[in-house]
Amino acid sequence: MAEQRYWEDIEVGADIPALAKNATPRQLVMWAGASGDYYEIHYDKDFALKNMLPGIIVHGALKGAWLGQLLSDWVGDKGRIKKYGCSYRGMDVPGDNISGKGTVTKKYVDGKDHIIEADIWLENGKGEKTTPGTAIVVFPSRK
Amino acid sequence: MTQGSVITDEMKKAIGVESEPTIVLIEKEPIRRFAEAIGDPNPVYHDEEYAKKLGYRSIIAPPGYHPQYSYPIKRGGREGPRFRMPFARNLNGGNEYEFFEPIQAGDVLSITNRLGDIYERDGRMGKMLFTISETVFRNQKSETVLIMRGTGISY
Repeated sequence: MAEQRYWEDIEVGADIPALAKNATPRQLVMWAGASGDYYEIHYDKDFALKNMLPGIIVHGALKGAWLGQLLSDWVGDKGRIKKYGCSYRGMDVPGDNISGKGTVTKKYVDGKDHIIEADIWLENGKGEKTTPGTAIVVFPSRK
Repeated sequence: MTQGSVITDEMKKAIGVESEPTIVLIEKEPIRRFAEAIGDPNPVYHDEEYAKKLGYRSIIAPPGYHPQYSYPIKRGGREGPRFRMPFARNLNGGNEYEFFEPIQAGDVLSITNRLGDIYERDGRMGKMLFTISETVFRNQKSETVLIMRGTGISY
């Protein structure tokens, strides 16, 4: 795993290390099986087109899980995610270069928890934020 | 252009009613499959020895894990009260996850779901119906481990 980061080292305005993703149709089928979401818009192109979609699209919940990976990689084994959420504003398609990103917005101590808040999002290959969200995470403290 | 409301009395009555619990045993293989489908190689989702060194009983579930889709030991009304949807097409509008305890392999979770709200909007694809749902996951010690909120869009 990556090095462990500590609360004291994280500054407001800092970027979260980016996570690169590019889903193949195969990955969408794997996700369908693993998550139990067999809705055909994610693997049947004819079905997707009939549903007024541009073609098969990436599952919203998979995009949400990628943001979870962005956060858990960032906080490391000693940190934890308290809460995060996102809106699936724009559709993402297989084959596109998708990046998970984030920026620190707040830093404070709440009881024993050393908390960092961040804006998080996925952007597509054109740099459009398709999946904006927010997160509250806990980092270990050096103290 | 506004047509009549698609929200029925049946839908309004369903708001706030909690479903019967669905009971799910969290198993290692589905967690590993799930992590692989995300493309997340973090050993805490794959390697039990690694997870134990961190103080867990077994591997843990990645954020975004949806255990309500596992094959349950006992199936409750997992989608909450039933009502007829006016549209056949659906999109996921958003998810929110609030974590209290890590979900670990071996946990037996009791999962209940309720419809938080339902409303309609005129969107670019015509009338759209938004449903807000809340799913609560409790473990074998009756601790709330996860609350998941979702926005469904039908059109």
